[in-house]
Amino acid sequence: MEFVQLLVVGLVTGCVYALSATGLVVTYTTSGIFNFAHGAIGMLGAFTYWQLTVGWGWPAALALPAVLLVLAPLFGAGVERVLIRPLHGASVDVTLVITLGLLLFLLGAANYIWDPATSRVLPELFTSGGTSIAGVNLSSQQILIVVVAVAVALALRTLFSRTRIGIAMRGVVDDPDLCAMSGASPARIQQLSWAIGASLASVAGILIAPKVGLSSIQLTLLVINGYAAALFGRLKSLPRTAVGGILLGIVVEMYPVYIAPHVPGFSTTATELTKAVPMIFLGVLLLFLPSARLRTSTAAGRIAPTVPGLRQSLVGGVGLVVVAVVLTESLSSDNLGIATSVVVLAIALLSLVLLTGYSGQTSLCVLTFVGLGAWAMGHSGHSVLGLLWGALLAGAAGALVALATARLRGLYLALATFAFAKGMDEAFFYFHLGAGQQLEIARFRLPGIDTSSASTFFLLCTLVLAVASVGVLAVRRGRWGRQLTALNDSPAACATLGVNTTVTKVAVFTVAAAMAGFAGGLYGSSRGIVTNNDFAVLGSLALLLAVRVGGINTITGAVFGSLTITMFPEIQKHVHGLPDKLQLAYLLTGLAAVSVGRDPDGLGGQFSRLGHHLRGLRTPPSSSPTGIPELEEARLVHS
Amino acid sequence: MAAPALELRGITAGYGRIEVLHDVSLSVPSGTVFALLGPNGAGKTTTMLVASGYVRPTAGCVHVAGTHVNRVAPENLAKAGVCRIPEGRGIFPNLTVNENLRMFTYSSPFSTSEVQEKSFARFARLGERRNQLAGTLSGGEQQMLAMSRALVSDPGILLLDEISMGLAPKIVSELYELVGQLAQEGISILLVEQFARTALAVSDYAAVMTGGRIAMVGQPADVADFVNEAYLGGAA
Repeated sequence: MEFVQLLVVGLVTGCVYALSATGLVVTYTTSGIFNFAHGAIGMLGAFTYWQLTVGWGWPAALALPAVLLVLAPLFGAGVERVLIRPLHGASVDVTLVITLGLLLFLLGAANYIWDPATSRVLPELFTSGGTSIAGVNLSSQQILIVVVAVAVALALRTLFSRTRIGIAMRGVVDDPDLCAMSGASPARIQQLSWAIGASLASVAGILIAPKVGLSSIQLTLLVINGYAAALFGRLKSLPRTAVGGILLGIVVEMYPVYIAPHVPGFSTTATELTKAVPMIFLGVLLLFLPSARLRTSTAAGRIAPTVPGLRQSLVGGVGLVVVAVVLTESLSSDNLGIATSVVVLAIALLSLVLLTGYSGQTSLCVLTFVGLGAWAMGHSGHSVLGLLWGALLAGAAGALVALATARLRGLYLALATFAFAKGMDEAFFYFHLGAGQQLEIARFRLPGIDTSSASTFFLLCTLVLAVASVGVLAVRRGRWGRQLTALNDSPAACATLGVNTTVTKVAVFTVAAAMAGFAGGLYGSSRGIVTNNDFAVLGSLALLLAVRVGGINTITGAVFGSLTITMFPEIQKHVHGLPDKLQLAYLLTGLAAVSVGRDPDGLGGQFSRLGHHLRGLRTPPSSSPTGIPELEEARLVHS
Repeated sequence: MAAPALELRGITAGYGRIEVLHDVSLSVPSGTVFALLGPNGAGKTTTMLVASGYVRPTAGCVHVAGTHVNRVAPENLAKAGVCRIPEGRGIFPNLTVNENLRMFTYSSPFSTSEVQEKSFARFARLGERRNQLAGTLSGGEQQMLAMSRALVSDPGILLLDEISMGLAPKIVSELYELVGQLAQEGISILLVEQFARTALAVSDYAAVMTGGRIAMVGQPADVADFVNEAYLGGAA
């Protein structure tokens, strides 16, 4: 009987996943843009509903239609108009940055409006009632969820097969231009799909909030679990998405009772994996995706920022160390601690410059590698070898991730690394660093150097950053750097030239992860105590976006990203009138990403172009594919 | 005299920094068929894109039935009676034949059932395959489906871009039979074609484009001589 009861609970949970995933698939198929902010929109819907009903005392009969039929669709349509429509023809990479930026911005905004320190409860729609069928108890809320899911499925089916606008929504996927030729406006159709998506996300948020509580981060991440269901439908098929959602719900509810305790020898570990089940589900599905064709080339003629030469980068490195020496004289020991964090994080972010900036492999799990490095450091006592163990452990994890995702690129790679980060977050860091048991990390000792002095340690870390920066730039200029850039520009051309793209990818993942792990060891040593919150998946997102804003293919970008993410909370402490828990870093990073995310080179690129300008050099031509405008024109006109 | 169905005056247009059309002017008088000929890369398709609002000219103006339409969105031009059948197959491959026909009703004065009736009356084979996905039709059937839009949208000006591309001669002649019939009904047509002879047979006026300019305009017979001698070496 317990089995049947769990099956029913799983079915209900699955319906919520299916609702959320359906909204995601509708927007993806119609506009071609994967909305990473889908979960955050669902969270916002649930909070708005709470505000109307509990906060202002509106009856549910009024508040529900207000949220689901008016506010959420308007919000979705607004997002499409302001953020998505200008993205027409943009690369996957840019769309990722914009929607991830929206996610962080909405989280920051929600925490600003609804202080997370106050606890809020969203009551179920029907608190009383419920029934028992053949010994299985069903609450009214559970029945409601199933009814809503079935109703939405039927409504969408009718929309897509019987109405003209629904058929146009399917048609616009094939050919937006042809849609316009037929007289239907592609922009309007896509706007409608975003409105529907936002509404469905809100339905899911409102239905699940009574069960998991009104926590902005929990709700956002929970709706994100629906991504796994969407992937089950290959981001295309709505019926398969629904099945995926229900399967996921059942697996999630059954796992801790029927699967985990029965894994011979590893039942504890298996139980610890419970919360990571949706992400494991997502990871497994990604493994079975059919291979995409090798992309031939990215946006034509984009000129990357100039790579500094050896002399220039050595001068920069020495300059950095000189600045650090000056700082040690003038900063208080508290501020030196902050400065050390900036430097250490910058080393970790250099790995993103190598991995995402140069070779174009999107990674949403940089903090996971940092966390692994810190964890290894924490188990190495005072030995400096801990840094090495950290680098090795993280490097091995990076190699595994790269092997498992060898075929994936762009959106799917981003999803896979996200699943890895979230899974590690919930299965590893939570149990080994979190849940009240923080990890104390002793600072390593070096012969002849007093590492326990704040200023010496700061100088040491700066030295590492300087060496790493010079090293990364040297790699970029060398043979391997050319391979990475080629992999980024055109994987197909790479393969035809005999470059093994899989080996290159695994290698760059391993090196980048080892770098992040090494930085993690330094991070742990400088902090002394770490918890699982230091390595949360949302932190990785914020870091990627901050580096992206700074310019992901420049050293400037890494330093900028580390500065902003470390300094925001510090600045916040000194500004009066700001609520303590306001995540200024999320709010502003998200805002910056959605506003400047369209320039793939970020601020670093702007600096590079400015440098060109100041030196009186002509800015390289940017729009002609061959780089020789006269030739291009001649070919087009006279062939 | 009525305003021309379509008139381009001094059009300069291109893609980004690359200018493709240089000072192109042409006029399709109401109720006539105008053939636009020329080698690959001469700018014929770009001319079509300008006329239907997809490419905005950097200089010059586009008039449809006497109205200036330079900045009108493509979907609004389509509703106003500019019907372009694109190069290749102008169909939605993942919608069924019936659903494709339903999409046509956005720019058609007719209801869905009338659209189906008219299309199936002209192309019986489409009627047999009405519930099949359009992507699974043969090339000829797909082009028939695309041409159905011209049939049902009662266009003020019909823009046909290489409808013969990649099709068997038998199907091409069947399609041109329809073009002739539409012309008889008084529909103004601008026709882009590589097969000069096929196109000239149904047209009232013709022009030859080369290097982004109009090289010559005239009666079909004169243009045919010009084309044979100067440009296609008599191959057409």
